[in-house]
Parts: sequence; structure tokens; C-alpha cells
Amino acid sequence: MTTLTSGSPDTERSYADYGRPAWRRILFSREMAIIALLVVVVIAASLRVPKFATPVTLSYLLFDITPLLFIALAMAPVMITGDIDLSVGSMVGLTSVVVGLCSASALPIPVAIVLALVVGAVGGAANGLLVTRVGLPALAVTIGTLALYRGVAVGLLGTTAVTQFDKWWTTLVKARIGSTGIPVVVILFVVLLAAFVLMLHFTPFGRGVFAIGLSKDAASFSGVHVNRTRLVLFILSGLMSALAGIYYALYYNSARGDNATGLELQVIAAVVLGGVSVWGGRGALHGVVAGVLLIGVLSKALQLVNVTSDVVSIITGVLLVLSVIAGSVVSWAQSRRVRPAAAPAKTS
Amino acid sequence: MTTVPVTSTPGIGARLAGLARSRETGIFLALALVIVATTLKNPDFLFSADGWRNLLLNPSIVAVVAIGQAVVIISRNVDLSVGSIVGLTAYLVGSLFLAFPQIPVPLVFIIGVVFGGLLGAVNGALVAFGRVPAMVITLGTLYAFRGINVWWTGSKRINASDMPDGFLDLGTQQFLTIPVLTILAVVILVVVAWYMANTRGGREFYAIGSDPDAAELYGLAKTRRVLMAFVASGAASGLAGVLYTARYGTVNSQVGDGFELQAIGAAVIGGVAIVGGSGTVLGAVFGAYLLLTINSALPVLGIPDFWQRAVVGVLILGAIVLDRVLAQRQSKRLHEERSAA
Amino acid sequence: MDANGAVPVLELKGVSKSFGAVVALRNADLTLHAGSIHAVVGENGAGKSTLVKIMAGLYQRDTGTFEMDGKPVHFRTTAEAKAAGIAVIYQEPTLFPDLSVTENVFMGRQPVGRFGRIDKGLMRTEVAGLMDRLGVRIDPDRPADGLSIADQQIIEIAKAISLDARVLIMDEPTAALSGVEVERLFAVARSLRDEGRALMFISHRFDEVFALCDTVTVMRDGAYISTAAIADTSVPEIVRLMVGRDVNELFPKIEAEIGRPLLEVSGLSMPGVFREISFSVRSGEIVALAGLVGAGRSEVARAVFGVDPYEQGSVVLDGTPLPPHNPAAAMKAGLALVPEDRRKQGLVIDASVATNITDAIRPTLTRFGLITARAENVEAQVWARKLEVKTASLDAVAGTLSGGNQQKVVLAKWLAANPRVLIIDEPTRGIDVGTKSEVHRMMSELAGMGLAILMISSELPEVLGMADRVLVMHEGRITADLPRSEATPETVMFAATHTSEEVA
Repeated sequence: MTTLTSGSPDTERSYADYGRPAWRRILFSREMAIIALLVVVVIAASLRVPKFATPVTLSYLLFDITPLLFIALAMAPVMITGDIDLSVGSMVGLTSVVVGLCSASALPIPVAIVLALVVGAVGGAANGLLVTRVGLPALAVTIGTLALYRGVAVGLLGTTAVTQFDKWWTTLVKARIGSTGIPVVVILFVVLLAAFVLMLHFTPFGRGVFAIGLSKDAASFSGVHVNRTRLVLFILSGLMSALAGIYYALYYNSARGDNATGLELQVIAAVVLGGVSVWGGRGALHGVVAGVLLIGVLSKALQLVNVTSDVVSIITGVLLVLSVIAGSVVSWAQSRRVRPAAAPAKTS
Repeated sequence: MTTVPVTSTPGIGARLAGLARSRETGIFLALALVIVATTLKNPDFLFSADGWRNLLLNPSIVAVVAIGQAVVIISRNVDLSVGSIVGLTAYLVGSLFLAFPQIPVPLVFIIGVVFGGLLGAVNGALVAFGRVPAMVITLGTLYAFRGINVWWTGSKRINASDMPDGFLDLGTQQFLTIPVLTILAVVILVVVAWYMANTRGGREFYAIGSDPDAAELYGLAKTRRVLMAFVASGAASGLAGVLYTARYGTVNSQVGDGFELQAIGAAVIGGVAIVGGSGTVLGAVFGAYLLLTINSALPVLGIPDFWQRAVVGVLILGAIVLDRVLAQRQSKRLHEERSAA
Repeated sequence: MDANGAVPVLELKGVSKSFGAVVALRNADLTLHAGSIHAVVGENGAGKSTLVKIMAGLYQRDTGTFEMDGKPVHFRTTAEAKAAGIAVIYQEPTLFPDLSVTENVFMGRQPVGRFGRIDKGLMRTEVAGLMDRLGVRIDPDRPADGLSIADQQIIEIAKAISLDARVLIMDEPTAALSGVEVERLFAVARSLRDEGRALMFISHRFDEVFALCDTVTVMRDGAYISTAAIADTSVPEIVRLMVGRDVNELFPKIEAEIGRPLLEVSGLSMPGVFREISFSVRSGEIVALAGLVGAGRSEVARAVFGVDPYEQGSVVLDGTPLPPHNPAAAMKAGLALVPEDRRKQGLVIDASVATNITDAIRPTLTRFGLITARAENVEAQVWARKLEVKTASLDAVAGTLSGGNQQKVVLAKWLAANPRVLIIDEPTRGIDVGTKSEVHRMMSELAGMGLAILMISSELPEVLGMADRVLVMHEGRITADLPRSEATPETVMFAATHTSEEVA
């Protein structure tokens, strides 16, 4: 070792930043595979499905997947830390009920929005505290809160539904940008996407998220506030679910206790398709967005050719299975290449 | 060094004490409590002919699913596709009777179980050989199987009138006041529970769930066992599909919807740790009974039944918090015994 | 050495094994005789672990012969090796925490009766008998969870005996044991040897090798070097064979100027773990924290750094009090901790070298709160060079590096943070002799630059060679604070094994 007191490091030894050239790294990533698949499907749909490549279709597509988009942004970091949040669908239902109740009580929508966001944050915090403070596995906790929040949602509203909302707000939510067909809410999404991308990929906090997913112990030994980070992510998940719940109520003009049942599974499917590993520690938001878009495009395109939603389900399921297996095959192949260096590297 | 003395085989007293403290006993007591409380409010809950029958009969379908799910969870996996398998099998059974009205009932049972087992094998092969997390795979098959179910059903619906009477009778028949289907569930429970507690294969499920890496090092046939666990879960769900059709007669494309969460909830409440390695199928069955009995008790107790799900949620959360607290206390005790040396 | 010229129980000749382009083992020879304890020593990368895995049936050899009792064997699975009577006791025992001790011993081969029903009574009786025979008091019905590492090893040995293993391979078994437990292990090993089994003992601790074994084989760079009877050789001879050169100054101690106290710990207490811990470390000083395994030293280090909480007392770094249970605050103030467990605590083993090196300094690399991979790589480049880390590229996964290089990455991470106080827990555990002296030289240099260093070590020669002062802990309390001049093996060991009242 050169002495540490010597001024400059050994100038002869220089390390490559990356083991593979940039084009290989970018092209051969999981995210790129999904984006490529998305592009292929979009092109195929535009060519083969009449009326697909129109502003009208685009807008309905985007309106449909908006809740998924919002929630996936927060679900991805949660899963990257190795946790999971199955209660998001129920939270959407609960917060849409909250908005509905406020509206029915003649409270102004902004108040309803704030209240819904608070409920989302509190619910997310409950999840987070049970996981970090009490030390329970996230899967079990969020199965419990999935039932609890849904139950409260249905319990609060009973069998009725609220269908009257302030016109100004419902028009806003349904508005599009000029003649492009792109919903105005997409602007909100883009802003949030930018924020999440910065947070996850370009801040120390985000690096901490990945570290937690790879090794909680090592992360805490490096000064990462492990429990605080996980709690924050659960709260974010609750907030984004609340946002989706508000959207649901205002867009569909219907606040019902059973809104968004099963949504959590769709979100997880999209996130996993997008390259986030269930084991934690890897993933990227551009892949996640592509995953959500892929599911949306497939559904919409197939719907336009009168393929029923059940077939879409089958395709989603098969795609999910294939993508995970493909990922597993790739990492198995990689480990066989890398193993030679690893073999004698263990102690003794 | 631990100072706990090496005792000779534990005596009857110690065994009974262990039994009393066990999770299964606790759940059973909770179940008894719920039944007692509800019966006090309305004696028909327990004492009417229908009440008694439904109490034993309705939860038995989910209980069968929970048995299979428990085996999967014990080996540190999870099977989210059980609900879809139940639905698909139920529709298959209905279709079989429609196409072959004379088909012998036992054959239908066998076909249902085998069909479920095959679907489970798909899951198992993907998880065991593909080295992919079970949650994601079974999430995918949940979608795929349900999709197939809906596509196959179309807009049709099979009604009770399409089924042979002999089959439907089975659904509500009782033997010495105990529903036949419940007896069937109990038989399955006894067989599986015995297997899990007393055979090498059964103990290997626990080992694999307790520490999968150690299991590999020991040379246990991990791949085979994991495959078996999913086949078992699929077969159990298939059987539950047959039972469902026998009990209710009407089959549409939504049968079994939500069963996966009920089965997992039942197992967790019954003491099966979600991370694997501990818990019993008996506990899972008790959990299923507790869960579904509460569901039917709530209306009687005057609690509107849309609060049901909330109660279920609280139960599940309560169960896992309790588990955690107990485990921490035991761990502490074991460590203290050790340092007292 | 030949045991009456009898046929050896196990013999490997000319065995080699490669993984792709990398040769892990070449031309290895090993002969194990019944009734002997055979030590195998060598630096990291010498091939010992590959050899063990071939014997255990985890790997298949590429060339060479493998014979047991004179007959050729070839194991394709661990089950086959076990059936042939080979048992391996790894450094970290692998038991099933949820299952009982009895089930652990018999997993996979429980005695069965009719219908495949396990005979639980028979299993239990046999395990109780084994516990008696090994002289330990472990309840066969208790869950394996919560057993000490020493007890877990005993259970592994019980497994081996139950399998009637003829060959027992012990891979660094004493790394995590206290003195008493080591003695117990040795007694068991000797009794197994006297029964006619063949034992193989891999260790870095020469004193143990010389105390327990009768034969020693040296390996280097994947090849067999030599075998000798213990009686016919010595430690310097062995080291020379291992390293291929004379290593005179293992611990170059450079005198440094001692300044003011940089780390002051007062009255630190955590019930059940440690009590009334007070000490200070001055700039330029290397203070060793010695004691037996289980004395609480790593726990104190973790509490001082903030990974673990503490209930009473205070930690002050150069005048700044540190809030408890807050590693980020400690890091900001200039404290660094290189932990005991490199793979699970020191490094994020699945992350890249660059990520690991910059793990402690990210806040300083940000602009407007944002950080880029480019910035990380630039910084990582500097430090990887300084410590001469051997890696193909900065984005190589840390887990693919050798033990010594992994430790260099950990050190790089902490040195990049420019700490004023460095706590280093077992700096050279699992590291070959060559890199060891590099690490020691670096520590002396750092002290010379004005750092205060607290070194936790279980290796007495390292403690006595490096430290300006030696703190000794025993069962959670500090029993001695010895200046270099007073620190001898006797005084340190006495303080490590007696309470503070007895030492005073």
C-alpha cells in the first residue's frame, strides 16, 4: 500500500469506472427491455388496432392508469427496501370515501383533499410503525391493514355511494391539454415523477434506500437511518394512495367503499414488470413507469379489438411470470460468469 | 453454556402444560368465546339445526384451502393463486356435470383434486426451478388462472339445477349432525397434520422454511419439497372448488375471489409465521374457523356486516403482534438462560 | 507423519479445481490418518476452503485422485460425502432455529418406523446420550434459536458423531469462541481422535495449532507446500512456508506524537451488556481493547458509534457530545467504525466497489442536495488507488473481491470520511499474513497523522505489538487499563478472566 501520507495516489494504477461500456450497460438493462417491449406494443397497436393512435384513446388510457402511476411511484421505493405495501388499494378506497363524505357534508373540496391526504399519511405511518418499531414483516402487516382499511372504508359509507361532487373540481380532473388528449393530471404526475426520480436516484437518501434493500445491517453501519427511511417510504405510499383516492372520487364521480379493490396487485405487477426486484436492492423508476404504461397500453389496445378483460388478465399474468423468470435467468447467467472470481475469494 | 438440565423424556404434566399454552388452544378458546357470546345474544346461532350446520360447514371450504396454504407458508413461500384455482376447479366441476350428467361423484372429486394439483405444479415448478419469489409467480398465476376462468365461463353461469341431486346433497348432508363436508375436511386435516409432524418429508418443510440455506447444506431435497408444497396447495384448492360447488350449487366466474387473503389470514392468525419454519395446519384450520365464524357472528351481535373486514384486519394485526411479542420474550428467556451459565 | 504406516482414512493427491479462468486449487495433496488431528494452514486464497468443499461433496474436482481407505471415491452431492463418513463443521454453524436440538441433529435421516413415522423417543434418547457424552448440558427439546456459537458447534459435532463420521473437518472453529469454550472444544476433539477418527483443523491461530494438532500441512496459492509433524517444526518456519518469505516485522510500530484526548467515554452502561465503561483515547494513540469473546467489546464499540443504543453515560468527541443511537451524527463529528463482520456490516456485499467506498461521505459529495454517479466514481477512484484495491473496475460487486481487498474497501470508505477517531474491530481477522502487516502499518501511519485509534482485537500478539495502552474487558466491565510497558500476556489474560475487584 502506498503510504497514506504521500501526496498523490499511485498514478500508474487506474480503475475503469465501469466493467462494461456505457451502451452495453444501458441497453442490456431490465428497464430497457421493458421500454423496448412497450415501444413494440405501442407500434403494433398503432398499426393494427384502428383508433388506437388517436388523442381520444390516449386520453382514456392515461385517465385509466393514473391511479396506478401515482401509487407505483411510491411502491417502487418501498419494494426496493425489501418491504411491500399491500394496503394501497384499500387506502384508495378509504380516502375516496373520505372525499365522498366531506362532499356529502358540504365541506369544500380542498378541505376534503387535505383530510384525505392526512388519512393517507396516518395509514401509511401505521404501516411503517408496525414494521419498524414493532418489527413485524411488511407482508403480514399490510395484509392486515388491507383488510382493516377496506373494512373501515366500507363501514363508513355502508352500501351507499356518494356521486355528487363540486363541478369545478370534477371538470378540472377530467380536463385535457388542448387537443392532444393528454389529461391535465398528467402534469401533476410528471412533477411528482421528477421529484421521486431525484429523490430515489440522485440523493443520499435514495442511495440509502438501495442500501437498505441490499443489507440493512451494513446500511445502518454506514449511518443510514434505516427505520426512519422505511417509515418515510410507507408514509409516502399512503400519501400517493390518498392522491389516487381523491382522483378516483372526482374522476369517476363515485366514492364507494370498494373502489380500487385489487389495485394493489396491479401496482405490484407493474412495478415488478418494470424491473424492481422483490428481494429488494434494485430497480429504477423509468422502468416502473414503462411497466405501468405497458399494462395500460395492452389493456386499452385489446379492449379496442373487443378482447375481453379476462384475456388481458391472462396476458398480464403470463407477462409477469415471464419477466420474473427472464430476470432470474439473466442473473443466474451473470453469476456463472462472475463466480470464477468469487470462488477463491472467500476466507481461508 | 446453557444450564437447562437434560431431563428424561418430558412427563405427562409437562406435555399438558405445553398444550395449554399453545397457540392452537388459544385460537380454539377464542372461537369458543365468540360462539358463546353470539349464542347468548341469539340462541339460534348455535342451537338451531341450520345454525349448527352452517357453523361447521361454511368455514370448512376455506379451511381446506388454508391447510394447503399453511404448508406453503411453512416452507417460506406464499400462494396467492389459490382463489383462482378454487374458481377454475369449481367451474370445471360444474361443466363436467353439464356435459356428463351420469358421471360418478367420486370421479369428480378425483378430477378436481388432480386438476388443482396440476395447476399447483405449474406454480411449484416455476418457484422451485426458476428460483423466483413465490409471491410474484403466484400473483401472475392468480391473474392468468382467473383470466382463463372468466374467458371459459363467458357470460354463462351454472346453476344448482344443472347439478345432480346426489352431488348437491353431499353439500348439506350430515352424519350424526356433522356435515359430511366438514368430516372430509377433518380427515384431510388429520392426514396432513400427521404427515407434517411425524414424517421426514413433513419435517423437511419446516427445515426449509426455518433456514433455506442450511437446508441446502444439509442436502435436503429442497426443490422437490417446494414443488410438493405447491402441488399440495393446488390440490387442496381444487378440492375446495369441488366442495364449493357441492355446497352452493351456483358457479360463476367470481368463485373463490378473495380466498387467498382469507387463507393467508387464517394461517397467520392460527400461528403460522409468515416467514416460515413454525406453526401447524391445525392452527390454520382453527384460524379459518375463527375468521369465518366471526364473519357470521357479527350481524347477530348487531355489528353491521360491512365492519367485518375491519374486524378481520384487526385480528390479523393482533395475531402477528402477539406472535412477535411472544417470540421476543422467548428469545430473551433463552438468551438469559444461556448467560446465567 | 505416519500412524503405524496404516492405510490413510482419506487421501487426496494432485487435486486441482478451476472456475473458468481462475485456478482455485492446483496440485493439492492431503493425507488424513485415523487417530490424528491434522492442521491445515495457509493464507486467504491458498485454497483451503476449496479443498474442504471438494471433500464435502459441494464441488467436484477437475483432476487428481480422492481415496478413502485406499478406495477411490467421487462425491457428487453432500449427501454422498456424509454417507461416506465425512462431516464438516463450518465457521458459522448452520442450524434450523425453529427446530429443536434433536431435530437438528437428525434432520434428513430421522429414524423411521411403520408408514414412515419418525421415532421421536429413539431420537431424543440418542441425542441426550450424545450431550452427556460430550459433557454438555443442552436440553434436546429446546429450539436451536438462541444457542451460543460454541453450543451450536457442539451440536454440529454431535451430528457428526451420530453420523459416525470417520473424518471431521473443522473450519476455523475457534474464531468466535471464548477461552473456556475453546478448551471444551479441544477436549472433545481429543476424545474423538482417541476413538480413532481423523480430524482436520483449519486455523489462523498458530498457538492453537501447536497446542492441539499432531501434524500440519501448509498450502499456498492453491498448491500443497509441505507436511510436517508438529513436533518437528515451529511457527516462524510455518509462516515462512505460508508466505514464501521471511516476515520479520509483523507489527511495525511507529512512534507517534500523543496529543489531547479526542474520544472520551464516561460511565457508559447498557444493562445486561456492559456497565460503567469509561476511557479516553488521545490523538496519535492506539488503544487496544482486549478481552475474551463475549466480554462485550464489540457491543461497546457499536454503542459508542451509535448503531446500538445505551442507557447511561456519555460519549464526547473532541469536545462535542454525541447524541446516543445516531451513527450519522457520530460520523459527522468525525467518528468512524470498521465493524467486526465485514460481509454483513462493513460492506454492502452486493453493491459495487464505488458505492461502498462512497457510503460514508455522500452528504459531502452533493450539490444542491443532489448526487451523481460521476461524482461518486471520481472519489472512489482516488481512494481505491490509495489503498491499492485489486479490482477490475469500480462497478465490480464487492462480494467478488478477496477478503483482504474487501477489508481495504471498508478502510477506504472510512478513511475517505476523514475521521478524527477510528474504531476498528478485529482489523485483521480472516486476512492473510501479507495484508495483515499492511493494515498494521497503515494504522500506525494514521496514528502518526493525529488520529485516535481504538482497536478491538482477540489476538494477543497484535494487541501487545500495536497498542500504546491496553484496556481489558471482562463480562461487560473494564478490568484494566495498562500502559504499554505493563502490558504482558500474563497481565492482559489475568484481567480478561477476572472481575475488576480481583484485578485491583
